[in-house]
Amino acid sequence: MSGSDWPLLSGDQGVNLPENYQQAVSNRFFVDSVIFTLKYTVITTALLTGLGLGLALLVQQSTRWKGLLRTAFLIPSALGLASASLLFYVLYSPLAGPLAPVMNHFGASFLGTPNAALASTVFLIVWRYAGFYMLLMLVGLQGIPTDVFEAAWVDGATRWQTFRRITLPLLRPTLALTTVLSVTGSLLAFEQFYILTKGGPDNSTITIVELIYNVAFQGQNDLGVAAALSVMVVLALVAINVLQLRAVRRTDEN
Amino acid sequence: MKANLVLRTPFWVFTGALAVIFLFPVVWTAVSSVSPQAGTSQSDGWGFANYVSLSHYQAGIWRYLANSALVSGLTVVLTLGISLLGGYAFARFRFPGRNALFLLTLAILMVPYATLLIPLYVLLNQLGLQNSLVGVALVLTVFQLPFSTFMMRISFESIPRELDEAAMVDGCTSFGVLWRVLIPAVKPGLITVGLFAFLAAWNDFLAPLILINDSNRFTLPLAVSNMRGQVQGVVDYGATEAGVMVLALPCIVLFLLLQRHYVRGFMSGALKG
Repeated sequence: MSGSDWPLLSGDQGVNLPENYQQAVSNRFFVDSVIFTLKYTVITTALLTGLGLGLALLVQQSTRWKGLLRTAFLIPSALGLASASLLFYVLYSPLAGPLAPVMNHFGASFLGTPNAALASTVFLIVWRYAGFYMLLMLVGLQGIPTDVFEAAWVDGATRWQTFRRITLPLLRPTLALTTVLSVTGSLLAFEQFYILTKGGPDNSTITIVELIYNVAFQGQNDLGVAAALSVMVVLALVAINVLQLRAVRRTDEN
Repeated sequence: MKANLVLRTPFWVFTGALAVIFLFPVVWTAVSSVSPQAGTSQSDGWGFANYVSLSHYQAGIWRYLANSALVSGLTVVLTLGISLLGGYAFARFRFPGRNALFLLTLAILMVPYATLLIPLYVLLNQLGLQNSLVGVALVLTVFQLPFSTFMMRISFESIPRELDEAAMVDGCTSFGVLWRVLIPAVKPGLITVGLFAFLAAWNDFLAPLILINDSNRFTLPLAVSNMRGQVQGVVDYGATEAGVMVLALPCIVLFLLLQRHYVRGFMSGALKG
């Protein structure tokens, strides 16, 4: 498909091989959307991994209170991404949101400037997924045998030393899993931006998947170019995942 | 004990505040969907006027609810059926290509869903499933299969084989074994698989967005999302809040009821990770 001239309504119109890719790359928003998606991916991955681990350490032992906390952190994960985005759409709105008076007073808005829009979306994603990553980290932490911690305690290690030298290295498989999941998920971000920002303000928050959607179904209606973009995204994803796994393996050997 | 209490108080305050941050958006939406607000259907006094105006949007909320229920129900049933038989086969029978087939199922995980939707759009058109909720359910089922087949395989493998053998001796066929003996034993696994399939299907936005273009067949997330800004360009925030609550409530209730099974799903999936 990626090599064919394929308008949305009239179907396959024959080969259009290099042109599809040329058109895809020369799309007005191609470079911007790639840069934006990468930026978004780095920010969310760092935040989600850090927060997930932090929350997991916080609620690791099972007491009644910590059980309640876990449930509280997990409830957003039960919501769909689309519902969560709609929820924050109202929450961030300058008319109906709970913080609207404060924001209006300072002349600021959640979605008005590119940076604010990015930050607001990142907050939504962190809110929605932190519990999910906490759960993955908890599973990883449970896989570490307790006698290692006891040995460290006997040897007089401080909490920080134990964390740096024991918890983090032994958690590496889990960390690898979470970063791969988070990077893949963020690179394919769509709903949150589609609902919350519609790519704006000034087309500053267009992600790659949104670009594909726009090329295919809004305006250009060119399935061939959209498929070419999809192929590029898949190749890039495979490459990034392989690099990540290799990086994890290399540190394993050291 | 007293020193302990002094030490613990900051911890409680801190974690309590965190919990509030996580719960606040949902609670706020729930409250403000029934509270008086200018510019919504509920302009004075408390009540459910926002829900009423939500229910009159275009084809009516019941239509969209029914669409969503159909997609979710079909996805859950298909996922359960296929992963039950698939998991049973992978766990109990040796057949040529077993490992290759299992790997192939897991390979669906590798393909990012968002990038597949455009070819899927064309394929479903050729199958005559364009614009059809059944088509959406089929697509969603395919993407549920890796996790659910894997989950069911583990569930079956954790049951001792002696159980099957005893039933066989008593004259059960392999279907009889599955039906009479094993299904009751893998019930927790089935609940987990069903819960995940439901949450995924109920909440999915991208597949219906691309595959459905008749607004009478929209699923609920799509309908609520489209509802914003269609009333003379003015967003009805009240009705949107009501829509979010209708979307979120089943998920939250199911999640609270079945939290144990939800967590179990992660344990099995991540342990191999």
